Amino acid sequence: MTTHTSYPQSADALRASDRTARPGATAGQRKLGGVAGWVDDRTGAGKGVGYLMKKVFPDHWSFMLGEVAMYSMIICLLTGVFLTFWFVPSLGHTVYDGSYAPLKGVGMSEAYASTLNISFDIRGGLLIRQIHHWAALMFVVSLSVHMMRVFFTGAFRKPRELNWVIGSVLALLAAVEGFAGYSLPDDLLSGTGIRAMNGFMQSAPVIGSYLTYAVFGGAFPGEAIIPRLYSAHVLLIPAILIGLFTAHIVLVAVQKHTQFPGPGRTNDNVVGYPVMPVYAAKAGGFFFIVFGILALMGALFQINAIWAYGPYDPSPVTAGSQPDWYMWFTDGALRLLPGWLEFETFGFTWSMNIFPGSLLLLPLVYVLLAIYPFVEAWATGDKREHHLLDRPRNNPTRTAIGAAAIAAYTVLALACTNDIIAIKLHMSINDITIALRILLFVLPPIVFWVTKRICLALQAYDRDTVLHGRESGRLVRTAEGRFFEAHEPLDEYTRWKLVQQEIPQPLELESGVDANGVRSPKGKHAALRSRLSNFYYRDRVDAVTPSELEAAHHDGHGHEAIEPHDAPASVGTSAHATEDDMRS
Amino acid sequence: MSERHTPSPGSGPADEFGRDAVRLDEGHIEGTGGLPDRFENPGLPPHVARKADLDEKAAKRAEKQVVGLFTLSILATLGFIVAYFAFDPRQQVFVPFIGRMSASNLTLGLGMGLSLLGIGLGAVHWAKTLMPDEESVEMRHPMRSEDEAREGVAATFLNGAEASQLTRRPLLKAAAGTALGLFAVPPLLQVAGSLGPLPHDELSHTFWDGEKEGENKYAFTKPRLVRDPENTPIKATDVTIGSVYHVLPAGLLDLEHGVLEEKAKAAVLLIRLNPGDFADNELGRKALDWSHEGIVAYSKICTHVGCPVGLYEQTTHHLLCPCHQSTFDVTQDCKVIFGPAKRALPQLKITVDDEGYLIAEQPFKEAVGPSFWERG
Repeated sequence: MTTHTSYPQSADALRASDRTARPGATAGQRKLGGVAGWVDDRTGAGKGVGYLMKKVFPDHWSFMLGEVAMYSMIICLLTGVFLTFWFVPSLGHTVYDGSYAPLKGVGMSEAYASTLNISFDIRGGLLIRQIHHWAALMFVVSLSVHMMRVFFTGAFRKPRELNWVIGSVLALLAAVEGFAGYSLPDDLLSGTGIRAMNGFMQSAPVIGSYLTYAVFGGAFPGEAIIPRLYSAHVLLIPAILIGLFTAHIVLVAVQKHTQFPGPGRTNDNVVGYPVMPVYAAKAGGFFFIVFGILALMGALFQINAIWAYGPYDPSPVTAGSQPDWYMWFTDGALRLLPGWLEFETFGFTWSMNIFPGSLLLLPLVYVLLAIYPFVEAWATGDKREHHLLDRPRNNPTRTAIGAAAIAAYTVLALACTNDIIAIKLHMSINDITIALRILLFVLPPIVFWVTKRICLALQAYDRDTVLHGRESGRLVRTAEGRFFEAHEPLDEYTRWKLVQQEIPQPLELESGVDANGVRSPKGKHAALRSRLSNFYYRDRVDAVTPSELEAAHHDGHGHEAIEPHDAPASVGTSAHATEDDMRS
Repeated sequence: MSERHTPSPGSGPADEFGRDAVRLDEGHIEGTGGLPDRFENPGLPPHVARKADLDEKAAKRAEKQVVGLFTLSILATLGFIVAYFAFDPRQQVFVPFIGRMSASNLTLGLGMGLSLLGIGLGAVHWAKTLMPDEESVEMRHPMRSEDEAREGVAATFLNGAEASQLTRRPLLKAAAGTALGLFAVPPLLQVAGSLGPLPHDELSHTFWDGEKEGENKYAFTKPRLVRDPENTPIKATDVTIGSVYHVLPAGLLDLEHGVLEEKAKAAVLLIRLNPGDFADNELGRKALDWSHEGIVAYSKICTHVGCPVGLYEQTTHHLLCPCHQSTFDVTQDCKVIFGPAKRALPQLKITVDDEGYLIAEQPFKEAVGPSFWERG
C-alpha cells in the first residue's frame, strides 16, 4: 500500500485533529465577526475568500471584452426570468384583444398574443424585452470579439487549450440559444425562420423527414415547436451555458489571467491590480455600465418590432427576411450554394445545396475553432506553458489565418444580406451572389497574404525602431550641409516590448530517433508536420539581440548609415528576398 | 518530447517559466563577447503618481465627481419610479431624430439606464482616481501537480482498482462496463421514440389530394380553388392578365384542426399570363397545357427550404423567394433560373367546372416544398 498523505486516513485520525482546531476558530471570530464570522465558522470560506480578494488581475482594455460577454449573459438571464412571467409558450389559438389596435380581433397563437401584451400592456414590459434582445446580440458580439482577441494574441496556448474549447462550445450554444429565443414570439418573421429550420432538417440524408417529424412533433408547424424551443431556451441551453461559463471562469482564476508582454511582466508572474478594492470597483462597476448601456439601448432603439410583422402564417412572407446577425453566415452559405449540387441516386435525394450550408456548416465552424490550438501546437512542437500574450504581428501566420477566416466568414455573412445590398445599391442580386461566390474562394487567400506581409513589415519596423531609435522630429544639418532626422535611442522599458518575443523555429524533418532514443513514427506524418511548421515559421523576422544593437551603434549614428539591408545576417535565418524588400 | 526550441545559451532567463535550463551536454555555447544573447527584462518601470495622489485638491475634485455620479444614479432611480406610475404604456411621444415612441418605454429606459450608469461610472472613476494604482505582482506556479501528488493520485486509483478486485475479476469488469454502457438507452429511446410520429406519406401529399383512404390512397374530388384568406371560389373570367392570387383548395380553411399544417403544403399561387408569353419550348408548352387559358397554378412553397415564394415580377414573369433568392421562371414551367433551389415549383393542373370556377384537374404530381431523402 502507499504511504502518500493523499490516501485517506482512518476516521480516528480525523477526529484527533478536530479538537485542536477549535481555539484557532475563536481567535479568528474576533476579527471576522458578525454574519461573516458565523458563515466562516460553518464553512471555512474565509481562507478562500481572502485569497480571491487579493488575487491580481492584469489590466488591458481588450480583457474587458470577455467581461462584456459575461455581463450580457447575466443580463439576459435576469431579463429572461422577467419575460417568463408573462410569455405564454403555446401555439394554442387565440384572438387578440389587447391594446395594439391594428391586430385587434386577429386570430393568432398565444405565444404571439402574449408577446404583444408584453410589448403594449405590461408596464416596462417592452423595455425588458428590448433589453433582453439587445443583451443577446451584445452577448454574441462581445464573445465573438473576445474570441478574436484570444486567438490573435495566442492566449489559447498551453495551458488554456481546454478553456478555448469550452469557449468555442459556449459560442456555438450562444448562437443556438439566440435562435431559439428569437423564434419564440411566433410572429411572421420568426415563423419563417422556423420554416427554414424545418427545411434544413428535412434536407439531412436518410433521416431528414423523421428528424423534422420528431422535432416538430408531426407535420410543420404543429403545436409542439414553440413549447419545445421554449424548454430549450429557458432551461436546457441556459443550464449548459451557466455550467460551462462557470468552468470557464474558474479556469481563468486557477490558471491566472494572461498578460501582455512588457517591462516587469514575465511568463511566471502576473502584474496588475488586486480584486480588493480595485477590481471589485472596476469590474463590479463595469457590470453596471454594460447594463446601463443596454437599458439605454432598450429605451432608445427599437428592436424586433414583432407587431409590425403579424402572426405566423405559412403562406405570406415579408421581403428582406433575415435571421439575427450571428446566423447570417449559415443563411448566407445557403444563398451561395448553387442548386445543381442537389442530386438523386436510386430515387433518394441528396440535398447538397442545403445540408452542407445549414446542418453541417454551423457546427463545423465551431469544431474548426476548437481544434485550432492543437493544430498550431503540433506545428510549433511547443509543450511549454504560455502566460505572456503574443503581439499579433509576432506570429504572422496565425494572424493571417485568423484574418482569412474572418474574411471568409464576412463573405458568407454578407451573402445573407444580398437582397438588402441589391435594393440599397441598385445592383443586380444575381451579380452580387455570383461575385460573393467568387470572393468566398478568392478573398481569404488574398487577405492571408496581405495580413502576413503587414505583420512581417511591422516586425521589421520594430527592428528598425530598436536599432535606430525612434524618430525625434528634430532635423539636423551636418557640417557638409546634409540633413538628417535625429533618432533617439529607446529607453529600456520601451525597447523591451519590441525585443522580448521569441519566435519559434520551423521544425526540421526528424531523423530516425527522437531525443529519448525512441524510434518515432516516420514517413508522411513527420513530413506533414515539418511542412506545416515551415508554413508557420519559415518567413520570419527575429527580435533584435544586444549584439545587433551594439553593432548598429558602432556602425554609425545617422539613420542612413545603417539601412536595414545592412542589418546583421541573423535577421532571418532563412529570410526571403521579399522580407528584405519590405524592410527597406 | 522529440523537438526542442533552439537553445539560447547564456540567456536562460529565470523568468522564462517552464523553460528547460541550458544544458551543457548539448554542444558548444558560443560566447558573444560579453553581451547576452537576448535582452534582459528591465523590470517594472518606476511608478508615476497620479494628480490625486499628490494634490489633495485634485483628490477632492475626484471625490466630488464620484459623488456626483452616484447622485445621478439616485435621481435617475427616483425618476424611474415616477415614470412607472406617470405614463400609460400606450402613450406616444415624439423624440427628435428617432421618431414617435412609447413614452413609458423611453422614460423607464432612461431612468433605469442612468441609474445603472451612474453607479458603474462612479465606481470605475473612483477606482481610477482614488484607489491605489500601484501594480501588484503575483507569482505563477506550473499548472501541473507535483510529481509526488501525481504519483499519489495514480496510486490511489490503482489501489482502488485492486482493492475493488476489478483487476482480478474480468467478468465483473465486463458486466459492469456493459451495464454502464447501456443504461442511457432507455431514456434516449423514450425521448427519441416519442418526440414525434413517423412521417408516413404525409410529406408527399397535400390537401389537394382529397380525403385520405389509406397509405398513398386519396379520394380526389377536383376541389375548387379559393382565395386566401377570403375563402371564396375564383371565376376564371375574373382573373385578368397579370393578376396574382394566393390560393388554397376549397375546404382547407374550414378545417377545425391543422389549418396551418395543410396550408404549409397546399398554398398555391395563381397567375394569369398571356398565352403568348409562355416560352416556346417543351417546358413552356407543358405549362400552358396544364393551365386554363394562360391561368397557371404553382405551389407557393419554395423547393429549397420551404419559404413562401412571395415575390412576383410582372414584367419578367419571374417568381422570387425572399428567403434565399431562388428565382423561378413562370414562362418555363417555373424552372429554377437562379439561386440555391434545384427543382422547379410543382404545377397544379387546373381547369374550370360547369359554373366557370377554377378547379384542380388533378392533385400535385410530385411532393411540394423542400427536398427530403425519400421524395423520389
